[in-house]
Amino acid sequence: MGSTHIIDRRLNGKNKSAVNRERFLRRYRHHIKKAVAEAVKKRSITNVEHGESVTIPNRDIQEPIFHHGQGGRQEVVHPGNQEFLAGDTLPKPPDGGGQGQGNGQASQDGEGMDDFAFQITQEEFLNFLFDDLALPNLVRKRLKDTESFKYVRSGFSTQGVPAKLDVIRSLRGAHARRLGLGGARRHKIRELEEQLAALKIAPDDLDAAFSHADQIQVLEEEIARLKTNVKRIPFIDEIDLRFRQHLKQPQPATSAVMFCVMDVSGSMTQTHKDIAKRFFILLYLFLQKNYKKIDVVFIRHHTSAKEVNEEEFFYSRETGGTIVSSALKLMQKIIDSRYSPAEWNIYAAQASDGDNWNDDSPVCSKLLTDQLLPLVQYYAYIEITPQNHQMLWYEYEKILARFPHAFAMQQIADASDIYPVFRRLFERKAA
Amino acid sequence: MSENNDCASRVDSPPEPPKAVKTREPISTGSEWTFDLIQRYDEEIAKCAAEFGLDTYPNQVEVISAEQMMDAYSSVGMPVGYNHWSFGKQFLNTSKGYQRGQMGLAYEIVINSDPCIAYLMEENTLPMQALVIAHACYGHNSFFKGNYLFRTWTDASAIIDYLVFARHYIADCEERHGVDAVEEVLDSCHALMNYGVDRYKRPSPISAGEEKLRQTEREEYQQRRINDLWRTIPLSTDDSDSESKKKRFPEEAQENILYFIEKNAPLLETWQREIIRIVRKLGQYFYPQRQTQVMNEGWATFWHYTLIHALYDKGLVTDGFMLELLASHTAVVYQPPFNSRYYSGINPYTLGFAIFTDLRRLCEQPTDEDREWFPDIAGSDWLQTLNFAMKNFKDESFIQQFLSPKVMRDLKLFAIENDDEEDTYLVTAIHDETGYRTLREKLARQYNLSSREPDIQVWNVDLRGDRSLTLRHSVNERRPLADDSEEVLRHIHRLWGFDVHLQSVSDGKVVTKYQCPSVTPSI
Repeated sequence: MGSTHIIDRRLNGKNKSAVNRERFLRRYRHHIKKAVAEAVKKRSITNVEHGESVTIPNRDIQEPIFHHGQGGRQEVVHPGNQEFLAGDTLPKPPDGGGQGQGNGQASQDGEGMDDFAFQITQEEFLNFLFDDLALPNLVRKRLKDTESFKYVRSGFSTQGVPAKLDVIRSLRGAHARRLGLGGARRHKIRELEEQLAALKIAPDDLDAAFSHADQIQVLEEEIARLKTNVKRIPFIDEIDLRFRQHLKQPQPATSAVMFCVMDVSGSMTQTHKDIAKRFFILLYLFLQKNYKKIDVVFIRHHTSAKEVNEEEFFYSRETGGTIVSSALKLMQKIIDSRYSPAEWNIYAAQASDGDNWNDDSPVCSKLLTDQLLPLVQYYAYIEITPQNHQMLWYEYEKILARFPHAFAMQQIADASDIYPVFRRLFERKAA
Repeated sequence: MSENNDCASRVDSPPEPPKAVKTREPISTGSEWTFDLIQRYDEEIAKCAAEFGLDTYPNQVEVISAEQMMDAYSSVGMPVGYNHWSFGKQFLNTSKGYQRGQMGLAYEIVINSDPCIAYLMEENTLPMQALVIAHACYGHNSFFKGNYLFRTWTDASAIIDYLVFARHYIADCEERHGVDAVEEVLDSCHALMNYGVDRYKRPSPISAGEEKLRQTEREEYQQRRINDLWRTIPLSTDDSDSESKKKRFPEEAQENILYFIEKNAPLLETWQREIIRIVRKLGQYFYPQRQTQVMNEGWATFWHYTLIHALYDKGLVTDGFMLELLASHTAVVYQPPFNSRYYSGINPYTLGFAIFTDLRRLCEQPTDEDREWFPDIAGSDWLQTLNFAMKNFKDESFIQQFLSPKVMRDLKLFAIENDDEEDTYLVTAIHDETGYRTLREKLARQYNLSSREPDIQVWNVDLRGDRSLTLRHSVNERRPLADDSEEVLRHIHRLWGFDVHLQSVSDGKVVTKYQCPSVTPSI
C-alpha cells in the first residue's frame, strides 16, 4: 500500500495524436484528394476559407482480423427475458440473418456501410488542393531570395550614433530649453530696463540720499549680472540631442503581383466571366500559398484597356470590338511604373473568348515575346470557348513553342474544366 | 431500467445495519475540485480500502483535459505509443463523436503499471473524482495486482519502459527504412495481434533494459537460425527423404502465429522480426484484459460502490454527494433488455457487479438455494471469498463458478440458438430451475476467447517444395470465417513471403480453402 502521487498533466502537450492523425491523412491521401477535388468543383470558389468533411468508405479503412462470419450454429445469452420459455421457437427475420448461403453479402451490406467521416482543416484542404503543384521558376527565385530587411523610422531616442543625429529636432529642443531656463530672468531684465529708462528721463529728485545716479548704477549692475547669467545657459546641451531611431523590418522578398487581364467586349457573357473569375481566384489562392504578399492588378479591355477595381472588373459590361494589345501595353506600363521585376515576381493570367482583331494578334505576339515574357515568371492564357480557335490562339501557340517554361495556354469549355486545367497549367515542371 | 437496477440497489444495501453516525463532518460540500481535496479524498478512500484489505500498487493520479483524454483513448490506453495511422483513425473517430456530442468520454483511464497510472478528467465534479479514484485507483489497481492472469502475463513494473523502448525502436526503423515499410509490417502485425499470444505457456517477463541488451544478440542469432532452417542441402537417401516428407513442420500445430512467423519466416529482415516481436508483446500485455473484462469492471464497480458507502458511513460525505454518485453508478450498471434500442450485448459492468455483489450476499445472508448451489462458500467470510474469486479466475471460469441462480433471475437471462440449418430461432434455456446450469455454461462459453475467436493455428510449412505456409482453422459449430479473412491472409503473405494457405477443417475434413495469392475460395 503506497502513497498516492497526484500530478497535474493538463499543461502537458495535448497534441500527442497529431503525428498519428497526419499518418492517417497520409495513408488516405488519395481518398482525401478526390474528396477535395469534388468539393472544389461544387462549392463556390470564394468559399475556400474553411475545411472540408471527407468521407471514406468503411471497407477501405477497416483493419482486418480473423473473426467468425455469420452462419453455423451460434448460441447467445441475452438479458431481459419477458415471456420466453425454454423450447420456444421464434421466426427468423425475413432477410438473411443466418442463412448459410450468401451470408457474405448480407454481412457486408449489414454492417459495413457506415462510412468513416471526418473533418480536415482549411490548411489541410488547401494543401491537398495544391498538392504536387509547384510554381514554375519559383524554386529558383526562392533560392536567390534570402530574407531582406528594410529600415523603417520608429520615432526618436536620446541616444545614438552621431550619424543619426537629427539636427533640427535637437536645435529645436535646445531652443525650447533656453527659453524655458532663461525666461524669468529675461523678464526681469526687461522690467529693470524699463525702470532704468524711466529714471533717466525723470527730473532729478531733491532727495540726495538716494540719487538718480546711484539708482541707475544699481540697476545697471543688476541688469549686467542678469545678462551674464542668461548668457551662461548653454546654447545646446547633451539633453537636447535627438537621434533618429530605426527598426529593422523584414521586407517581404517573396512578393508577387498578379495581373488579371480579361476581355470584356460584347462577346464575353457573364458565364464566361464567372469561369474566368474562378480561374483567377484559384491562381490567387495558389500564389497566396507561396508568397507572403500579393498585389492584384485588374486590367479589362475591349478596344482600349483600363485598370479597374475588382468589382468593375467582373461585373461591368462593355460593347464593341476587341484589341488585346491595348491591355498588354497597359500592363507593360504598370510594370514599368510600379512593379520592378527585381523586387516582384510577376504573374499574369489572361482570359478571353478568343476574339481579337486579326490585325492585332501579331502585335500581341510581338509585345509578349519582346517585352512582357522576359519580365514575368509566368503567363497563363485561358480561352473560354467551346468553338474553334481564332487568330489569337494560333499566334499564342507560336509563343508557347518559344517559351515553354514561362508561357501556358489552355482551353476551357465549362466550369467543371477549371480544376483540371488549373492543375495542368501548373504541373510540377521537372527541375 | 427499473427491472435491472432494482437488483443492484436491493442487493447492495449494506447488510449490517449502518453504524450510528456520530456527527457528519463531510470533507467537502461543493462540487468544484482542488488538488488538496482530491488528496484528502484519496487519503480517506485509501484508509477504507486498507480496512477492507485491498492490496494495491502505489497510485499515480494524473489530471488531464478532455483533449488529452482523447489522445489517451486513441493510443488504446498505452501511455506511450509508437506512431501508426490506425491510432490517428481512432483519434479522428473519438474527437468527432465527442464534438458532436454523440459520446461522452470515459471519466478515467487506468493503466496496468506499477505505479498504477490513472487519468482523471478535469471536467469531472469533485464527487466524480472521488468515485473515479475509488474505482480505478483501488478497484482496478487491486485487480491488476491480484488477478493471476495479470500476475502471469504482464509485468506492471516494466511495461512503461518497454513501451518507451518500442516507440524508439519503431521510430528508428522509420528513419532507417522509411515510414511506408514500417507501416506495412505494423499493419500486418496488427491484423494478427490476437494470434500473437501463447495461451498456455507463461511468457518471460519483458523489461526494457534487458530488451535493449538482448535485442542485438537476438538479431545475429536469429538470422543464423533461420538460415539453417532454409539451407537447401540436397538429401540423397530416399528413405530419409520420404520420411521427412511425411513429417510436418512444425511437428505440432502452433497457436502463436506471430511468434512462428517471427522465428521462421524466411525473408524477413531482422528489424521486421523485432517489430513483430513488439506487437506480439503488446498483444500479450493486453491479453489478460481481454479475458477479464467482466471481472475487472465488476470488481472495480463493486469496490467504488462499497468504498463510497464506507465514506458515507463515516460521515465524510454529504447526502448530495451520495445522490450524485448513485445516479452515476446506476447509469454505469444499467443493462438495457435485449429488445431495447440501446441494447448492444451484455453490459460487463452490470454482470460483473451483480456477480460480486451477489457473492457477498450469499456469504453474509445465504439462502437454502445458495447452500445447495454453493455449499463451500455460502456463509463464508465474504472478503476472503471475493478475494479468492478475484485472484484465481478469468471471465469464463468466473462465470462458470460464481454466476448464481439469483443473478440469472435478476437479469432475466435466456439463451437463444441460431442455427442456419433451422428456419427458426430456438430458446434453449431461461432463468428457471431446469435452465440455470445450461445458461451458466453457455454464458461462460460466450466469454471464452478461444470460442469467441476462430481457432486458427500454424499447420505446416512446405520446407522442400514451394515454402508455402498452411494454417488450419478448426471449425466450431460450423461457424465460417468472416469475409475479411482473405485480407488477413494477404497480411500473412506479406510477412511470410511465400504462398499462404488457410484450410477450414471440420471433423478432420477440409471444408473450405483460402489461399493467397490468387484468392478464390473453393468449397
